[in-house]
Amino acid sequence: MQRENSKGIVGNYGFKIKGDCQIEFELTTEGGIEIEIFSKVKTFYGNSIRQLCITAMKTFSIQNACVTVRDNGALSYVIAARLEAAIKQVISSDNEILSEFLNVNHLASARDRNRFSRLYLPGNTPYMMINAGLFQANGIILDLEDAVSFDKKEEARYLVRNALRSQNFYGAERMVRINQGKEGWRDLEFVIPQKVNLILIPKCEDVEDIIQVERVIEEIKKDKNIKGNFHLMPIIESALGVENAFLLATASENIVAMAIGLEDYTADIGVERTNEGTESLYARMRIVNACHAAKIQPIDSVFSDVGDMQALAVNVQRSKSLGFQGMGCIHPRQIKVIHDNFSPSELEIAKAKKIVNAFLNAEKQGFAVVSVGTKMIDPPVVKRQLKVLELAIELGLIEKNWKDTYGN
Amino acid sequence: MGTKMIKNAVGRMVPTQINGQEAVPFMGVGKYKPNKRKFNSQIETSADYPLDGNKQVKSLKVAMIKSGLKDGMRISTHHHFRNGDLIANKVFDIAHELGVKDLIWFPSASFPCHEHLIQYLEDGTIARIEGSMNGPLGRYCSEGKMKGVAVLRSHGGRYQSVQDGEVEIDIAIIGASSADSFGNANGLNGKSASGLLGFALADSQYANKVIVVTDNMVEFPCVPWQIQGNYVDFTVLLDEIGIPEKIISGTTQITKSPDRLFIAELTAKFCDQAGIIKNGFSFQAGAGGTSLAIGDYFGKIMSEKGIKARFARGGSNKYLVKMLEEGLIDYILDGQTFDLDGVRSMRENSNHVWTSPFTSYNYHGKGNFAGMVDVVILGATEVDLNFNANVVTHSDGYLLHGIGGWQNCLFSKTVILPIPLFRNRIPIIRDEVTTICGPGELIDVIVTERGIAINPLRIDLIEKMKHSDLPIKTLRELKQEAEAICGKMDAPVLSDEIVAAIKWVDGTIIDVVRKVVS
Repeated sequence: MQRENSKGIVGNYGFKIKGDCQIEFELTTEGGIEIEIFSKVKTFYGNSIRQLCITAMKTFSIQNACVTVRDNGALSYVIAARLEAAIKQVISSDNEILSEFLNVNHLASARDRNRFSRLYLPGNTPYMMINAGLFQANGIILDLEDAVSFDKKEEARYLVRNALRSQNFYGAERMVRINQGKEGWRDLEFVIPQKVNLILIPKCEDVEDIIQVERVIEEIKKDKNIKGNFHLMPIIESALGVENAFLLATASENIVAMAIGLEDYTADIGVERTNEGTESLYARMRIVNACHAAKIQPIDSVFSDVGDMQALAVNVQRSKSLGFQGMGCIHPRQIKVIHDNFSPSELEIAKAKKIVNAFLNAEKQGFAVVSVGTKMIDPPVVKRQLKVLELAIELGLIEKNWKDTYGN
Repeated sequence: MGTKMIKNAVGRMVPTQINGQEAVPFMGVGKYKPNKRKFNSQIETSADYPLDGNKQVKSLKVAMIKSGLKDGMRISTHHHFRNGDLIANKVFDIAHELGVKDLIWFPSASFPCHEHLIQYLEDGTIARIEGSMNGPLGRYCSEGKMKGVAVLRSHGGRYQSVQDGEVEIDIAIIGASSADSFGNANGLNGKSASGLLGFALADSQYANKVIVVTDNMVEFPCVPWQIQGNYVDFTVLLDEIGIPEKIISGTTQITKSPDRLFIAELTAKFCDQAGIIKNGFSFQAGAGGTSLAIGDYFGKIMSEKGIKARFARGGSNKYLVKMLEEGLIDYILDGQTFDLDGVRSMRENSNHVWTSPFTSYNYHGKGNFAGMVDVVILGATEVDLNFNANVVTHSDGYLLHGIGGWQNCLFSKTVILPIPLFRNRIPIIRDEVTTICGPGELIDVIVTERGIAINPLRIDLIEKMKHSDLPIKTLRELKQEAEAICGKMDAPVLSDEIVAAIKWVDGTIIDVVRKVVS
């Protein structure tokens, strides 16, 4: 056991900070274990919180210490994460207090699943994680990067680790945005063993950024005997990144999508970000093209005005028309708008049905040329319309056997 | 006769006496039918009142002395000014100054601003409170510090208890934003406008002495007379009776919380799919952020489908007023006005009608409006597996809300409680609720963010939702889901000592609140 500080303090406590707690841990030389609990729910969970503290002391073979818990309804995995982080500010140990691994969190995610929406959650704010999955974003991102201040990075790792194990996100793909460089490699040590589905790598400019992340993941996998692959989503946020788009998109077989981050990109090229997005048209098209060339999903930047749903809808429609297949979101209200506007519209579906139907009929009758009305239909057009229908079936917008009832 | 404990119709042990007065245990919904005549106050003679109609005296103190204020009297005030009320505190300041003891305060509701009165509970000016016990007063009472037992009644139950004779009001002090010296008064005009004065109706009709207090004395006639001067003994002009910005409640904003919006949307979808939102329907939703959001979602569905409601019951607010003005609702039947748009609309629009606990809720009337409402949206702190619900105490036993119109509204055709499955790690579905305020047979649907439970008694609703894509679950399933997330709770320890009684709408005792062991 090695002493680093005499006292550790982690977490957040305040009247308005629900679902979180603050732990103060001090190693003492005598007097045994003293546990003091201040909690709004002490009547109901005082004993369970105390038990958690005692277990933690045993895990780290601590005989003498003062533990103070200031709690405002934190779930047990949150308290466990805070406790461990506080203890590890004082002593270094490889032991862990791992919370329950829910069965649902063992599930892998398909490479080509829909990624219309992904909801960003600050990695050190447990309250927002509890219901996040209910809003049915395709993915949730536990963000260790920009949403966590530098001095909170380490405690957030424990929280995100436990959330990946114990928090039910109700079918959303479980993603983590790691930090850049070495901080990010440390993030990976916490999240890779928790079967995270996808890692977002921020501010990618060089193929090496991705290769290094892959290398660290491989090391952790070998070290901990972990099977399976981890999807990657590089985020391009600079002019150089944009220039290297195709190289980045093809840097690893595990890349399933690539996103553009426009706040940083517009800052990099020294312009204001507008709702119309003329200033980033080239960058976005470059990303879209690189992604399609690499057969991965191009993902658009978040839309930051959470109050304006109409502007968001216009933005999503534009994004879709450029060839993007998804967008980030920072408020649950944005999810439905994003889904509604990325999904095939009734008009698109009707058109697709008409063309595919004509194609199937022509095929049945042995015709080489397909026509709808007076228009000749090329094979790539049919292929695109088939994709529209596949998506509509997947989203439950039309029946799988729509053809059976298609009036002809 | 000694106090015995008897098991009532919802299985709770309740006393046969409260504060020395006989009490009837809850017998079941609609079962209690007292066989006696209604109470009334002493017959007055107009010869005893000034012929010129001027009943104004120079101060509230004079009015109280002239009303014969003495030890042990029951004094009533009202909550039209909500957390901006200055009258109740002033009344007991005067009583204290006059050295009067053991008064019973009979408010239509109390608010955090009444924390001021704790000193008078301590020094014996006030012996007990019969009314809602919120915030600091609730804490004081829960800790067993009040001399008598608190009695909590619904808005309808308050009217009922006065008419029944169980409660005799010695002096009623009615604050009004506009009044004339004869005592005609309303809440529509003046800087302290609060809309209507319905909660003071019973008091004006049945109290032995009635004082109208205003900061806006107008020349006779003050119209409309929501309170009739013919019931009034004295009128008083004061510089201030309420703090206008606090009279208008701070809660009348649609919630921005994604979690609550989610529940609100789910509730509206449920009502839509269950066929409740149809032409000519009626609804009541409160003024809390979630309820407002539900009203807003109702409005969207109604506009989309071209549906019109015959009436909405208020708590009126700007959102409801907007629906009235857009023609989505024919009438607002208002029991309480929550914001300035509500006050304005009531003043200007004859389809925005003021009501009272008599018209809306009274058990001793020849019917009331409550049962005519198609769907009502209410809150609750806890629900048990039989749909019995609690609205007055927190799970740790502390009193935190009044009953308000909650119990009365349970008579609506469909009662829906949209509530989060757990609040700050405390699950709302319990094996047994801390305090039963409403029997489960009257509560139809619980909507949580993780699923919707329909009361098994509502076979019709279950049938309608059979093929719904909404997450219909049983209460037991929801309870288990909450426990899996929050962990198993320890039960709070409460003492045997009774600190408050909860009356049902008919005046019987549905449950009691016990002292918290701290």
